[in-house]
Amino acid sequence: MSMLKLIVCMKQVPLVSELPWDSRTGTLKRELADGMMNPACKHALEAALTLKLRYGAHITALTMGPPMAEEILREAAAMGADRGILLSDRRMAGADTLITSYTLACAIRKQCPDFDLILCGCYTSDSETAQVGPQLAEELDIPGVAYVEDLELKGRTLVMQRESDDFLETLEMDLPGLVTISTRKFAPRYPSLAGLQDAFDHADIVTLRAEDLDADLSSIGLKASPTKIVKVSSPTAEKRNIVLKGAVKKVVDDLFEQFGDRLSGAMGKDLKSHEHEESGEEE
Amino acid sequence: MKTAAKSIWVFGDYRNYFQNRVTLQLIARAKELAPAIGAEVCALVLGHNVDEYVGEYIAHGAAKVYVSDHPALANYNVETYAFLTQHLIAEYHPEIFLVGATWFGREFAPRVAKALKTGLTADCIDLNINEKGLLVQTAPSFGGNLLAEIVTPEARPQMATVRPGTFAELPHNYQAEGEILRIPLPENMPAPKVRLIRSERLPQREQRLEDADIVICGGRGMGSKTKFKKLLELARMMDAEVGATRPVVYADWISHDALIGQAGRHISPKILFSFGISGAIQHTAAIHDADFIIAVNKNPNATMMKIADVAIVADASQVCSALIRELKQRIRN
Ligand SMILES: Cc1cc2nc3c(=O)[nH]c(=O)nc-3n(C[C@H](O)[C@H](O)[C@H](O)COP(=O)(O)OP(=O)(O)OC[C@H]3O[C@@H](n4cnc5c(N)ncnc54)[C@H](O)[C@@H]3O)c2cc1C
Ligand SMILES: Nc1ncnc2c1ncn2[C@@H]1O[C@H](COP(=O)(O)O)[C@@H](O)[C@H]1O
Repeated sequence: MSMLKLIVCMKQVPLVSELPWDSRTGTLKRELADGMMNPACKHALEAALTLKLRYGAHITALTMGPPMAEEILREAAAMGADRGILLSDRRMAGADTLITSYTLACAIRKQCPDFDLILCGCYTSDSETAQVGPQLAEELDIPGVAYVEDLELKGRTLVMQRESDDFLETLEMDLPGLVTISTRKFAPRYPSLAGLQDAFDHADIVTLRAEDLDADLSSIGLKASPTKIVKVSSPTAEKRNIVLKGAVKKVVDDLFEQFGDRLSGAMGKDLKSHEHEESGEEE
Repeated sequence: MKTAAKSIWVFGDYRNYFQNRVTLQLIARAKELAPAIGAEVCALVLGHNVDEYVGEYIAHGAAKVYVSDHPALANYNVETYAFLTQHLIAEYHPEIFLVGATWFGREFAPRVAKALKTGLTADCIDLNINEKGLLVQTAPSFGGNLLAEIVTPEARPQMATVRPGTFAELPHNYQAEGEILRIPLPENMPAPKVRLIRSERLPQREQRLEDADIVICGGRGMGSKTKFKKLLELARMMDAEVGATRPVVYADWISHDALIGQAGRHISPKILFSFGISGAIQHTAAIHDADFIIAVNKNPNATMMKIADVAIVADASQVCSALIRELKQRIRN
């Protein structure tokens, strides 16, 4: 068998999950966010590197995102990926998962049609939809399995373990196929400093635009997405509540005084009351 | 062209039936939505020897159940289930298709949506019908404290997944009548490309957080792992369980099992203590069934403080220590 060809799909996500919102322009203050490789994608890359170590493989890291997303491809190179493909084009922006999976599939058909296995993260920390992996498998009409925790190759058959709804499953499929990797296994390695330096100087990374993908231009980006956001709001459910403040000791006393009964009821334990004890009424 | 009435379909996710009530919860919500678009609520059941569940879904409010009962469907298989569902949807044109966000549902729904080229909103915390008769899918968005209302104006069906515990099920009524439509397997159904070799039921996950009368939940505002650990001591004194927010489990102050929120557990305690938690939607979506919330935060304007019944403006870890001291004196042995 010729060398295994692996593709790892990865996304750059904001370092912090709560970005400040610019209420004037109605957009996220993205400029405040440092990007990082989505943690689950890192596990997917680690799984690919494990396969590479065991069987020998060529790894392509693929991402769609703004130009800055190139950073995660360099990081992937430093960890051991052989090349990186960045899909970056304003016309691709704003895609929902249906369109993201279409766009990634176009790039894969064009750039690495002879792949054996695609590895995705099980979800991204900024959206957690967990949809892109299964949808990419559907688009490419290949078998796919989500939340994979362990994998082993037997000839052209991939044997996988995963947990799903309280079941531990062993599954197999013939390649080519797609897996999404759970974050429970494949703890990612740290790239060496020298590797990082090398990746920044020499990594093999190409940037592709919409024209390069043979994509149907009317099928990419925000406009093509079947879902539309009609309103964004911040939830402002407010209760009329009791506010306790001041010295910690006093606050805690107040709490017991006002809600001691409720507490003791929920705890199923009797609680002594201080006042009584101090005034000697308690036997 | 069929001129059948409009319908809302709910995927019958019956595996772990007694723990997994999400299908019943979705049927209940679908029934509330249905009058606005003049639709009937249908459940879809795929599997083998599944009549028991068909009956349950009717008893819980489904007017009609589409059921495909065949040995080839005995195992939950994403590919075959998605294939069959996609064909049934193409034949019966439901307006809306709702799927519980179990692990299976989260793998199955995206494939169905993709095959039908329609939109899918994950993890909705509310569903409504707007004045145009469209399904408004409300979901946390942009990673933080924002709710997005999403619609699928043209593509059909309008699809959404919903986490268990988001809606409440209806009480069962075994006198309820429903129509049962038996669907034979299509002849062209391909053999699944993913083969199940072995499936083993894992020991029942402990439901201690879900069942607890008191939950003590700590967030990043606890300050450090050492301080966070004090919550465990407080919990022991109160016979309470300890939960946490995502940054806390990511920082490994406590195991991931303790995560409370849309990506974790859904709780309904009599009393919830919330220490140093800002109150992001992904967290609060899973605590709205708490009877009484006591929040401690330095910042009186944190969302968590607004939705609490008692808002204590103070240092979280100091209040925790003070509570431990007080309880030591007050608990009768
Ligand atoms: C897709 C997705 C899914 C998510 N799922 C979940 C989920 O299931 N569960 C979950 O919890 N989160 C989830 N999150 C993360 C969520 O958005 C919030 O980031 C998280 O809940 C915040 O946790 P926190 O309140 O502990 O931290 P922060 O938001 O940092 O809040 C800390 C709070 O502590 C207060 N504080 C600081 N110091 C002190 C002190 N000394 N004493 C008292 N108070 C203090 C601060 O005022 C602040 O209000 C998810 C996010 C995304 C994007
Ligand atoms: N823009 C993207 N570029 C490349 N891969 C992506 C992108 N978005 C999502 N993915 C892949 O799909 C997985 C699940 O993402 P999501 O459906 O957003 O939760 C990620 O872990 C990636 O492997």
